[in-house]
Amino acid sequence: MSLNNLDQLYRQVIMDHYKNPRNRGNIEGDSVTVDMNNPTCGDRIQLQLLVEDGLVKDAKFEGEGCSISMSSASMMTQAVKGKTIEDALKMSKLFSDMMLGKDLDTDIDLGDIEALQGVSQFPARIKCATLAWKAMEKGVNEEK
Amino acid sequence: MDSRAIREQFPILNQEVNGKPLVYLDSSATSQKPISVIEALDDYYRQDNSNVHRGVHTLGTRATDKYEGAREKVRKFIHAKSIKEVIFTRGTTTSLNYVAYGYARQKLQPGDEIVTTPMEHHSNIIPWQQAAKATGATLKYIPLQEDGSVSLDDVRKTVTDKTKIVAITHLSNVLGTINPIKEIAGIAHEKGAILVVDGAQGAPHMKVDVQDLDCDFYAFSGHKMCGPTGIGVLYGKQELLEETEPVEFGGEMIDFVDLYDSTWKELPWKFEGGTPIIAGAIGLGAAIDFLEQVGMDAIFEHDKKIAKYAVERLNTIDGITIYGPEERAGLVTFNLDDVHPHDTATVLDSEGIAVRAGHHCAQPLMKWLNVTATARASFYLYNTEEDIDKLVDGLVKAKEFFGDVFK
Repeated sequence: MSLNNLDQLYRQVIMDHYKNPRNRGNIEGDSVTVDMNNPTCGDRIQLQLLVEDGLVKDAKFEGEGCSISMSSASMMTQAVKGKTIEDALKMSKLFSDMMLGKDLDTDIDLGDIEALQGVSQFPARIKCATLAWKAMEKGVNEEK
Repeated sequence: MDSRAIREQFPILNQEVNGKPLVYLDSSATSQKPISVIEALDDYYRQDNSNVHRGVHTLGTRATDKYEGAREKVRKFIHAKSIKEVIFTRGTTTSLNYVAYGYARQKLQPGDEIVTTPMEHHSNIIPWQQAAKATGATLKYIPLQEDGSVSLDDVRKTVTDKTKIVAITHLSNVLGTINPIKEIAGIAHEKGAILVVDGAQGAPHMKVDVQDLDCDFYAFSGHKMCGPTGIGVLYGKQELLEETEPVEFGGEMIDFVDLYDSTWKELPWKFEGGTPIIAGAIGLGAAIDFLEQVGMDAIFEHDKKIAKYAVERLNTIDGITIYGPEERAGLVTFNLDDVHPHDTATVLDSEGIAVRAGHHCAQPLMKWLNVTATARASFYLYNTEEDIDKLVDGLVKAKEFFGDVFK
């Protein structure tokens, strides 16, 4: 591994989400809140989801952690907003496949999330990337 | 002490990681093993493997002699009075739990106090939380000084006549603080309390004389002091161990077994239920031989010298925060502005440098430091100043890499 590989991990789009997180904050009103942390390293996320009629109407997060966990949270909220619960869970499955380095056979447009593909080469960091997605899964399953 | 020559005895250090020579700076998590320890394990399994304390056959005798020989090595290493005071366990966590279950839970009454500090590893906090919950005792904390040290005045103020147990680390795994164990033991004993010491970081890095420290229990692990994983030690004063109940019941630890009641073996075996960690103990014995050959005082001075050099060099990096007191043992915990410690550790790993990032199993201490995580470089007898220079170069790279992000 060299600094080139680091460039693969820390793609510009990731750094952008880390520096300018999307959907950071709280949802006013009737939302579901999920607190999750990564006990081995201390990364922490509080995710709020507004789910109505089977749709994720809004998603916001607060938290503390490394560039990978925070950018992943930012991208996740962006990706699931406006999606049906089923589609959100499908994306989550896709994301975990991506972390396992599996070939992705899908028509779903991953958008910015694709930038996190490099994380699969850094086994110690996969848990950072999946934290927000796990929180989302828990949240929508509560609202099902 | 010639670290370069010592390094040659650690085969694992002679490799490249991510295309760069390995720089191992995570010995506080676990140390590497010298060839003599690896060979002791190999020899045991190739030549002597057998169960202990029962074999009439020759291998059984050899295995027993080696296992009990290792206990004698540990006794000498920590200057215990008798081998009755040296119990083999799975590690520091198990040792501390034996005290919390077998001693504290029998002795504590509602209203009694257990006193500890916020700098403890989780393994010296949670057993006491659980013992307090089970008995109605109260858990109290000695406040830390601003630099992360403990003042004896605060110890005197916190330990009262109600205090039955004081539990403290010999050497902080995050701050590098060396606690004044002997003085704390004096204060605890004046109030009629016992002192339990978490020696997980102390035993590998400094000379331990349990009689001089006058501690009542001292717990440590083999794997942090060049020994194998899965072996540790609980030292306890004989009269206290006599009063301590076994935690694990079964084979090996019994004297007579009847259908409805049984009696235990004498010390130390009443605590060693089941087939013991024979190879692990023999490996620990070999590790002690190795460390004593180098000399514990020399190791302590070497680790301190490397840490001092590391602090000097790290302080030249803009935006670095170093935690812990000036007088520190062989580790440095730090953070770089604007770079999360995980990211720091990943950049360093890409340069072949292994450091720890996270909360170091000390979440209350992280809260006290007002951070969620830190990076830690920890040193041992095989580390050199050159390793520190590489660490500094790596950190400069991490800063450059992340530098633009927050501009």
